[in-house]
Amino acid sequence: MTHGPGISGLILEEPLLWEKGKKGRSAFSMPDQDVPEATVGIDENLLGDGPDFPDLSEVDVVRHYTRLSQWNFGIDSGMYPLGSCTMKYNPKINEKIAAIPGIVTSHPLLADELSQGALQIMFELQTFLARLTGMDAVSLQPAAGAQGEMAGMLIFAAWFRKKSEKRSKILIPDTAHGTNPASAALCGFKPVQLKSGADGILDAKTVTELMDDETVGIMLTNPNTLGLFEESIREITAIVHEKGGLVYGDGANMNAVMGMVDFKRCGIDIMHLNLHKTFSTPHGGGGPGAGPICVVDELKDFLPVPRVAKAGNTYHLEYDCPDSIGRLHTFFGNFGVLVKAYSYILSMGAKNLKKASQLAVLNANYVRESLRDVLYLAYDKPCMHECVFSDKMQQEHGISTLDMAKRLIDHGYHPPTIYFPLVVPGAIMIEPTETENKDDLDQFIDVFKDVAREASEDGERLRQAPTRTKLRRLDETQAARKPCLTG
Amino acid sequence: MRYLPHTKEEIEEMLAVTGHGQLKELFAHIPENCRCQGEIDIPGPLSEWDLTDHFQSLAANNLASSARAVLLGAGSYSHHIPEIVRNLMSRSEFLTAYTPYQPEMAQGTLQGIFEYQTLTTRLLGMEVANGSMYDGASALAEALLMALRIARKKHTVAISSAIHPHYRKVVYTYLQAASFKIVELPVGRDGRTDCSGLQNIDDLAAVALQSPNFFGVIEDLETAALKIHAADALFITCFSEPFAYGLLRSPGASGADIVCGEGQSFGMSQSFGGPGLGMFACRKKYQRNLPGRVVGETVDLEGKRGYVLTLATREQHIRREKATSNICSNQGICALTAAAYMASLGSTGLRRVAKLNYDKAAYFKNGLIQTGAKLLFSGQTFNEFVLRFADDFKPARKRLLAKGIVAGIELSDFYKEYEGAYLFCVTETVSRTILDEVIEELRS
Repeated sequence: MTHGPGISGLILEEPLLWEKGKKGRSAFSMPDQDVPEATVGIDENLLGDGPDFPDLSEVDVVRHYTRLSQWNFGIDSGMYPLGSCTMKYNPKINEKIAAIPGIVTSHPLLADELSQGALQIMFELQTFLARLTGMDAVSLQPAAGAQGEMAGMLIFAAWFRKKSEKRSKILIPDTAHGTNPASAALCGFKPVQLKSGADGILDAKTVTELMDDETVGIMLTNPNTLGLFEESIREITAIVHEKGGLVYGDGANMNAVMGMVDFKRCGIDIMHLNLHKTFSTPHGGGGPGAGPICVVDELKDFLPVPRVAKAGNTYHLEYDCPDSIGRLHTFFGNFGVLVKAYSYILSMGAKNLKKASQLAVLNANYVRESLRDVLYLAYDKPCMHECVFSDKMQQEHGISTLDMAKRLIDHGYHPPTIYFPLVVPGAIMIEPTETENKDDLDQFIDVFKDVAREASEDGERLRQAPTRTKLRRLDETQAARKPCLTG
Repeated sequence: MRYLPHTKEEIEEMLAVTGHGQLKELFAHIPENCRCQGEIDIPGPLSEWDLTDHFQSLAANNLASSARAVLLGAGSYSHHIPEIVRNLMSRSEFLTAYTPYQPEMAQGTLQGIFEYQTLTTRLLGMEVANGSMYDGASALAEALLMALRIARKKHTVAISSAIHPHYRKVVYTYLQAASFKIVELPVGRDGRTDCSGLQNIDDLAAVALQSPNFFGVIEDLETAALKIHAADALFITCFSEPFAYGLLRSPGASGADIVCGEGQSFGMSQSFGGPGLGMFACRKKYQRNLPGRVVGETVDLEGKRGYVLTLATREQHIRREKATSNICSNQGICALTAAAYMASLGSTGLRRVAKLNYDKAAYFKNGLIQTGAKLLFSGQTFNEFVLRFADDFKPARKRLLAKGIVAGIELSDFYKEYEGAYLFCVTETVSRTILDEVIEELRS
């Protein structure tokens, strides 16, 4: 039996915050009361008793979160081959830089001349992202990929409103992220699903059949969620443009093609990037991310306000943009995340960004080639930065994708993305990213081969997995049927 | 490059397995007319040391590097952050984890978010909370969309014009595409929202107020709730300064149905406005209409208590275009930070710091009034307030800026009708010495 890094270790119990503590304890260093108490209090009818929080000591809080953290798995713990999420290493230096006092304590509403450093960071990041994608203008405001998509859909709506055209449908391939149809619907568009071809990519003919003058355009992901490059992208975008539509490109998979693909040349009109994927900012267990949008010149006037611009050697915020879709964020987006992405780009330079994409694609193809004998390969063609298998070969032994995923946990690996994309039943989507070295990939491959073998020899072991974690499989049905959202 | 671990030999060995001669062959299927023409023009690579120097020089161009005090809030507040909160939240087990889809590997995040949800409901006097949204502004927009879903056939919402102007702008952005109608409610001389016209608004799904509002004025939520419910609308309250609820009656106890707002004050740096934290809570009967990620308690195979992401059938990856929201994330580490911050303060600490904010702001307000400034609104305030000055305040403000003190912000930047009025904020981080210096400057 091959072993991954996972062995049972010291796992400490820790109750909920309010199950510990004593009234009168404190973990807060109280500032001096250097002013007299106010003589006029707040009216009685507006006052409350304050919330019922536990009172804890500093050591109570420190042990609580330290123990919780030990039940978690992050990139720093090990390989996290979660497809479509680009879980690459998050450089430490970027955390230190985003915490530089003159950056981290900046108030967002000071006059432009008092925030030149912050504005310069934003302006230069906009410039870098435009150059990397080939697009003309960028807004950093969207706080996440899904908000970037929404911004894109609002621009679609604004564009047709300005042209006084009423269009209500949007084409979305079956390989799209679930957020795509939800974002489109939020902006009043009715999604029309496009079927991908037998080879996993879109056939231009399918687009020709469905694209009409009631359709605003298409929303696609390239490379797509099967990890395949949409090779007919030029034909597809030409068909959509021909019918007066626009093309939205979900750039979640940008990590495959930095320095290789020019999205403007592909015919993309709007795309978002996920800085927390391609540009290495930490995912934080769910956020914050950042989802800047990049557009072609014709759509520049529709970008959210305010915009960061440069005149001479100074930077300023622009508000006077009558065609703008408006504001999306209280201030300028997740600035702290932008700083880390900007820092990452400068650490890498153009040359290493391109190299990162090449190695990400190499790693994915290496895993694909190495596991193809033990896992069913959904589409047998070279992939980009991720590869998609399924449980087809294990099903005859009554073993599912979920069982194999849970067994990987026992070996110290975060499972791949499972059951997505929906076009592959029982999908296992592996994205190793460029920051995993060959030794670690080989170890992962060996472990996955063993897990696949166990499926035929010792299936019960997989169905019971994980067994080495603090908790076994959790009852998600009960959680949803009788929701208990607070303690 | 230190983040790219492959040796030349390893690349060759791997290419032999994949059946390629060179790295660029991996991209052979990408059509020529889709490719970048030439190399991308981006500077670097910079070493760790040059990179740090570069950012130090950028930081020096921010006032934040040299400011002694910024007496300004308006949605972004300076509060002391305990070292334990910074330290614990920078643990990479939290910071470098993904959304907790595999609960057996993410109980730390999941229990942490469950605790965050619980403390949030206790703070706001509500029954359930979600795992957080992007920020205060989008949380308010999502709250209005949620109310419109609950009210089904109605298409109009009313929002107070004393809500943070940027929040209102985001609401317009979110609601415009679906052609909902937005009515703005006026502000009275006391700085509170005038709800007297509600009965004349047809088709009303929800009414939103902010307390303390953008002028720092504490709204009478209880009275507003009666009027709003009498108009058969849902009552949404929002906030930009959660510290106020250390002293004030909670929105839930005052009759709110949905409560949302910005949680940046709870342990997040101001960081030029983001990332912050959209806090979001509601009554239990609306829990299946919640937008965003939610963590729930359950048991494992052996009956042990554990936590999972739940109510997924509301969400985009299952419901696709019929989802309650397009959101597929929360502010993860920011929510965890807020929980650790609330835990560090405890009930006792939150109340004391809130009281200190109130006392310091009152001290400063009274000091400025003694120099001749006048209150613009008569309503009571927490740690922000608006003053109008007899003489032109601009020269004094400029002199103070030269001394590293930012004295408020012009209200006319947001409300043209309040020319000559300034919005100030004082928190526990500002010493009396600074406040006295400002008062002295105005007296002279």
